[in-house]
Amino acid sequence: MGLKNKLHTLKEKYKGTKLAPAFGAIHTFLYLPNETTHNGTHIKAADDLKRTMNTVILALIPCLIFGMFNAGYQHYLAAGDIDAATGGFFSSQFWTLDNFSLGFWKIIPLVIVSYGVGLGIEFLFATIKNHEVEEGYLVTGMLVPLIVPIDIPLWMLAVAVAFGVVIGKEVFGGTGMNILNPALTIRAFLFFAYPTWMSGDKVWVQGAVESIGKVDAISGETILGSLGQGKHLAYSVWDMFYGFIPGSVGETSTLLILLGGLFLIFTKIGSWRIMLSSVVGALVMGLIFNYIVDANVITEGSKFYALMSTPFWEHLIIGGFAFGTVYMATDPVTASQTNKGKWIYGFLVGFLSILIRVFNPAYPEGVMLAILLMNVFAPTIDHYVVKGNIKQRQKRLKVKTA
Amino acid sequence: MGLLSRKDSKLLLDPLADNNPITIQVLGICSALAITAQLKAAIVMAISVTAVVAIGNVVISLMRNIIPPKIRIIVQLVVVAVLVILVDLILKAYSYQLSKTLSVFVGLIITNCIIMGRFEAFALANGPWRSFLDGIGNGAGYGLILVIVGFFRELLGSGTLLGFKVLGDPIAKTGLYALGYENNGFMLLSPMALIVVGIIIWVQRSRNRALIEDH
Repeated sequence: MGLKNKLHTLKEKYKGTKLAPAFGAIHTFLYLPNETTHNGTHIKAADDLKRTMNTVILALIPCLIFGMFNAGYQHYLAAGDIDAATGGFFSSQFWTLDNFSLGFWKIIPLVIVSYGVGLGIEFLFATIKNHEVEEGYLVTGMLVPLIVPIDIPLWMLAVAVAFGVVIGKEVFGGTGMNILNPALTIRAFLFFAYPTWMSGDKVWVQGAVESIGKVDAISGETILGSLGQGKHLAYSVWDMFYGFIPGSVGETSTLLILLGGLFLIFTKIGSWRIMLSSVVGALVMGLIFNYIVDANVITEGSKFYALMSTPFWEHLIIGGFAFGTVYMATDPVTASQTNKGKWIYGFLVGFLSILIRVFNPAYPEGVMLAILLMNVFAPTIDHYVVKGNIKQRQKRLKVKTA
Repeated sequence: MGLLSRKDSKLLLDPLADNNPITIQVLGICSALAITAQLKAAIVMAISVTAVVAIGNVVISLMRNIIPPKIRIIVQLVVVAVLVILVDLILKAYSYQLSKTLSVFVGLIITNCIIMGRFEAFALANGPWRSFLDGIGNGAGYGLILVIVGFFRELLGSGTLLGFKVLGDPIAKTGLYALGYENNGFMLLSPMALIVVGIIIWVQRSRNRALIEDH
């Protein structure tokens, strides 16, 4: 209890000064505060904002750890030092200490920069505006390192995080007021500002950029990137599902994302309506494209052929679709709030993801742009759902009174 | 100020800050987004618009008593069109490269809301000297924002200022680029200009809370 009491006295001492929110934040983060409501509460629930955020982070941890192993695995595999993983998810070639340590030392700095810069700005704004520091950045800070390429320079990440937190969130009034998902704002900023570090065939495997022009140059193409170029990369379906493929740090393993998604649904943090309808939307769009190919409207010569002829269900396990659907589209602040709205919102996220993915080979990651676009439309969807409900009830009222 | 009365200097200085045409009245946004990727283009645009709005204000003010109210918009358009064509020809004659960079946006000065706005709101009701000051003031207020936006967009987007490589050479990797710095491509896209203008509006209104509109 020593530290807690010390923090409490410090908090009392700085009460009313500019530094009060900063102390308050550290105090609340570590302990239950001394002054809680004792009576008169009408709703008692354990799932406050802190609990919600921690649950999502818990669901992200497997992806992070897998990302560390995968970073090393992809590097050594591309360099020709190890053989491709065989024997299912628990392959002995994949889960080695070498793989882990390479990934660990590359990814931990990303996590530190993401949290350091993001929380620094949160504390700064809380001090200026004199309000409590909000927990909103905890999840964003964990999402960001998982959705960037492994070799992204740290200063770029810092600039992007600063932009995303200030323009994506603080401008609108902080946590709960933002229109766009801050993590995706950060990624979109990186994407448009430094496209050479965010796309192409070099950035996805650690060391590939530095090896350009050398004898032992290694390639680091993603499946989506190569499909956009009309080539097929030879990965088995199980490799894609387990996540033994190059990509952003933590988004490759559809299996772990699926488990994380089930965990979020089970704890009622993530909306199953959005996840399900988004998957349905993606499958519908994929089926439409498959049908177009089958009807010979698009032939092998077309630049869209490779992505269009990809079996519709394979879209779910390549690229960042699964990660975006489970962890980003379900963000309770930026998604639709009404149940009917969630179905529409999710369906359009999935539908547009695949549409952008196929028709925009220069920006193969459709899910990022699709979610950002739907974030903007989420309030409109809600508005019309509520309006529709009111109209229906009025009609019922009229029938009754007539 | 000895030269100008207090009322006159207010005409000149108000549009620079508390009544800025871009950040407060939110007029003339399109050109602020389109031509601010380079500082030089932004400066030329600012000067052109200032000249057009100042001279146009004087002309309209001189004619204000003989323009029939029903056709005043057409008269105003003719005046702007003449001035814009003059600016365009001068640019083509003396700085052909720059007029190529500005391309269609010189002609589009005609549609800049600030100009018609000043004619309607000020020149039709005031004398030529005051109208001239008002034109200069509003042109300068517009130009100020353009130059600020152009400065940041060129510096961060291309690493240059007025064409000079102030941050070093990105290809030969000198200066900042030797440390691994890279230009921010987002800065060259129009959305970023909108965000920069937004940041200016944000900073200005949080410094002077009286500017925040009620809802």
